[in-house]
Amino acid sequence: MNLTLHVWRQAGPTAEGKLVKYEAHDVEPEMSFLEMLDVVNERLIESGDEPIVFDHDCREGICGACGVMINGVAHGPEIGTATCQLHMRSFRDGDVVYVEPWRSRGFPVVRDLMVDRSALDRIIASGGYVSVRTGGTPDGNDIPVPKVDADMSMDAAACIGCGACVAACPNGSASLFTAAKISHLGLLPQGQAERDGRALSMVARMDEEQFGHCTFFGECQEACPKEISIDTIVRMNRDFLRASLKRGSHAGDAGAD
Amino acid sequence: MELRSQVPEGPLEKKWDQHLFDMKLVNPANKRKYNVIVVGSGLAGASAAATMSELGYNVKCFCYQDSPRRAHSIAAQGGINAAKNYQNDGDSVYRLFYDTVKGGDFRSREANVYRLAQISVNIIDQCVAQGVPFAREYGGLLANRSFGGAQVSRTFYARGQTGQQLLLGAYQALEKEIAVGSVRMYPRTEMLDLVVVDGRARGIVVRDLRTGAISSHLADAVVLATGGYGNVFYLSTNARGCNTTAIWRAHKRGAAFANPCFTQIHPTCIPVSGDYQSKLTLMSESLRNDGRVWVPRKAGDNRPPNQIPKEDRDYYLERKYPSFGNLSPRDISSRAAKQVCDEGRGVGPGGRGVYLDFHDAIQRLGEDKIRERYGNLFEMYERITDENPYKVPMRIYPASHYTMGGLWVDYNLMSTIPGCFVLGEANYSDHGANRLGASALMQGLADGYFVIPSTISNYLASNKLDAVTDDADAVRSTVQDVEERTRRLLSINGTRTPASLHRELGHIMWEYCGMGRTAEGLQTALTLIPKLREEFWQNLRVPGSGEQLNQTLEHAGRLADFLELGELMCVDALHREESCGGHFREEYQTPDGEALRNDDDFAYVAAWEYVGENVPPVLHKEPLTFESVQLSQRSYK
Amino acid sequence: MNWLRSFWNSTIGKKIVMAVTGLVGIGFVIGHMVGNLQAFEGAEKINAYGRFLHHTIGTELWIIRVILIVAVILHVVAAVQLTRLSNAARPRDYVRGRVPQVSTLASRTMRWGGLLLLVFIIVHVMHFTTRTFPGYDRLDATGSVDIYHNLVTAFSNPWWVLFYLVSMAALALHLYHGAWSSMRTIGASKPSAHPLKRVLPLLIAIVVAGGFVVIPLAVLSGVLR
Repeated sequence: MNLTLHVWRQAGPTAEGKLVKYEAHDVEPEMSFLEMLDVVNERLIESGDEPIVFDHDCREGICGACGVMINGVAHGPEIGTATCQLHMRSFRDGDVVYVEPWRSRGFPVVRDLMVDRSALDRIIASGGYVSVRTGGTPDGNDIPVPKVDADMSMDAAACIGCGACVAACPNGSASLFTAAKISHLGLLPQGQAERDGRALSMVARMDEEQFGHCTFFGECQEACPKEISIDTIVRMNRDFLRASLKRGSHAGDAGAD
Repeated sequence: MELRSQVPEGPLEKKWDQHLFDMKLVNPANKRKYNVIVVGSGLAGASAAATMSELGYNVKCFCYQDSPRRAHSIAAQGGINAAKNYQNDGDSVYRLFYDTVKGGDFRSREANVYRLAQISVNIIDQCVAQGVPFAREYGGLLANRSFGGAQVSRTFYARGQTGQQLLLGAYQALEKEIAVGSVRMYPRTEMLDLVVVDGRARGIVVRDLRTGAISSHLADAVVLATGGYGNVFYLSTNARGCNTTAIWRAHKRGAAFANPCFTQIHPTCIPVSGDYQSKLTLMSESLRNDGRVWVPRKAGDNRPPNQIPKEDRDYYLERKYPSFGNLSPRDISSRAAKQVCDEGRGVGPGGRGVYLDFHDAIQRLGEDKIRERYGNLFEMYERITDENPYKVPMRIYPASHYTMGGLWVDYNLMSTIPGCFVLGEANYSDHGANRLGASALMQGLADGYFVIPSTISNYLASNKLDAVTDDADAVRSTVQDVEERTRRLLSINGTRTPASLHRELGHIMWEYCGMGRTAEGLQTALTLIPKLREEFWQNLRVPGSGEQLNQTLEHAGRLADFLELGELMCVDALHREESCGGHFREEYQTPDGEALRNDDDFAYVAAWEYVGENVPPVLHKEPLTFESVQLSQRSYK
Repeated sequence: MNWLRSFWNSTIGKKIVMAVTGLVGIGFVIGHMVGNLQAFEGAEKINAYGRFLHHTIGTELWIIRVILIVAVILHVVAAVQLTRLSNAARPRDYVRGRVPQVSTLASRTMRWGGLLLLVFIIVHVMHFTTRTFPGYDRLDATGSVDIYHNLVTAFSNPWWVLFYLVSMAALALHLYHGAWSSMRTIGASKPSAHPLKRVLPLLIAIVVAGGFVVIPLAVLSGVLR
């Protein structure tokens, strides 16, 4: 099949960008979306042009590197699918396809379809871990974890950090990303000691990175390649509220001293 | 060049503990005076960087991805082995050690493997404490499953995303150290050369992939944890960015490359569907716990799988290897698949595929149970092939997956360049000629969390290192080399794209240095590869400049190194006149088609020294002596 | 009070304030709607209800009014600030536009609908509480405000009916999303296999808005006169 692409081209972080039209010929339904772009790029290089820049690595939907807006939908039309796992059988001959980078203040464009998502790393660095050092840890079976909790924790931990939630959110919120980590650790006994502080500091960092707020549109859940539930955001808000109230009551105690 | 393994004296089970005691320590207050560079942020790199930072060293960590969390360890699906014996099924440190040595077809260093098995139990504890959501039983204890090459159930897992969860654990530990400022992270930064000063590794030269800026970073020691070189086959289960550049440049600066021909072809991947294909997707080995592998009994049987009655099916793994059956090790399963396809009994387009059938397991356990175990893998399969594996058997075929070979390291994980340490898949040390499933994660984390933090202290405490500055001759000339090379790649201005040349290299490697190798084929490859390399340097086209983000340039640089490594792999494969593990020389097989090892002549590690362009590499041998295990013909029958 | 400041400064803190004030509003509109329905029991009944509110619980009424006024102010201030943050979070929008996948019309109209509701509240208070517009000063036999008469006066005018209908449609949408999302925002809802599914909020939206609009419609159609 043949497609018409309108791809965002932007030479660098400060350059002006624009949509550029390309024809993609002989696209096979078994190709992935990125393989289709590969073919377009091969022709661009052969004709002496610079190929379209996009992030990608594992191409099996787990590293979270890839991700573009396809016809206004993050990662394209398939549910629970990263761009690299989106196959061209989801498109029809003659389709016109708009391809744009994730757009968010927190994700400045690096080049073409590639954006800088280091804000997500900084959110993790603000508290998305259990502060244990290497060594001296108790036996893995010392603390039983109810299967139900382990499973729910794993559901949240499946986040690949692609940023589709931010891209799809009308508010440009990183709530699903942040909440997934808070839920992953908050559901396990190992994460309890730092649960309050984690919620406060990760939410603060998320705000500092100038992501928007959550209105429960639900778009993030739909865009998420790992289908992480917005219930994680409920959990984050609960943890945040609880921690804030606790801090409030501690502040009261301190005042009384 | 002398290969000194530094294996400590004493009985096998005491070596590591004794060594820990014998090694010198760096005073806690002095650690912050030392700078360590870690290249790569996968399981080995991230765990090493985090742990060394916790100890007090100043760490700089580099990765080519935009975030350390995206290193390809993330894609490991099935699990991680550990000799916990939680299942009470007779496992022990010794059994894990033995299985690994045997699985590696007796081509690994006993002492390293034993240490790996010992440490395996600590890894699980460490990861649980970090909040890795391992699968649990209803009683809340850790669950296990079985993997190829073992008759005990010792594999810990987190659905089909174990690598992801372990990496996120290590990544989070790394981010914790980044937050306190003792690790400085350099994402989208690629190591392009190793700086060697007075015979010691003292730094690296990198290119900032965003700006194209080339710069040097200096340190007291350099740790390479840059993964394997499976992408030499073009199509592999590796991420597209995985490359050999870091270890190849280190090799060219004096690090011996060990057993380059030991590559693992994974038996269960989704078959190739067309020329445009950019990568192959693995279906976890854990699927073989419940899936049965078969092909039609007769060649050319084109009936749909559900119309082929049981008596017309050949469950060849169960037939040939009754005691391990579908869980036979990877090299053996892959070769068996190739064999039946060569006989014309393969299924799917081009006849390059075999069935992995869950029909019986679904009958026995119900679809829900199967969905719970493998749901995400089944979904991934369906997404790629548009076929529902709950109804139609999966089609699978072997694909390049892992490289057991890598830079030669001693017991301390130091290469032949003092101060240059190599961890994880990038070194050769633990898996011999074939790696067992769920052992890569184990090795990466063992090296990073538990081995390197001790051995690097010993190195730093035992050696007086002079200060080096950016304007030292060795540093400047290395930077110049990198700049010159980049300029050269950009100035060829031919007609061929890196991808097209890479695809061609992949064809050569897969055809002549893949699952079955012959002297004749390898010699053919050794004439084809230099020609292709010449074509590369004469006819490559890299548009754009070096002073910007340029993915074509990145690919070209990596391919240039693959074009040299590919040749060394063939040289190594040609010289090793035996079959062992993943290295199957068709001339050396038993009458029933099994690998025929030659322990008298080849029980050694082949460590190749680079001595110059267009000069044959020099072979050094580290003899492998087995004090604890009996060398035997590997049998899974 | 540092913690309170940082609570307010965080987007989740503001959202929680919006959720809690929104829940106060939901409680209010339910009570208001039920009270209004007394109009169907005749002028006596609804006017007596008015007397009860103004004279019998006069002080408490003011407490409630203050709570409501504060709630509206907080709700609006938080909404305005969050809207500005959200606009700043995506300074450059998609050229092709984002195509909504699952978000409801209700969720996407919270801002414009909310603005309309704010206008409505002001007009409505001027209309029936402060009776600023001419023609609403009549007292009943007991000497208090003849609410019933005011209702009939207002909703005999189709333009007023239209204004109330449009406003109540906005209220229904606002409630449908707000009743659902506020519980999530304060972390009170249980995990669910289908987190986007909502029944109770739909019920609240229909019953409350429906309960309000039956009065203008009844007047306009001559059922109440």
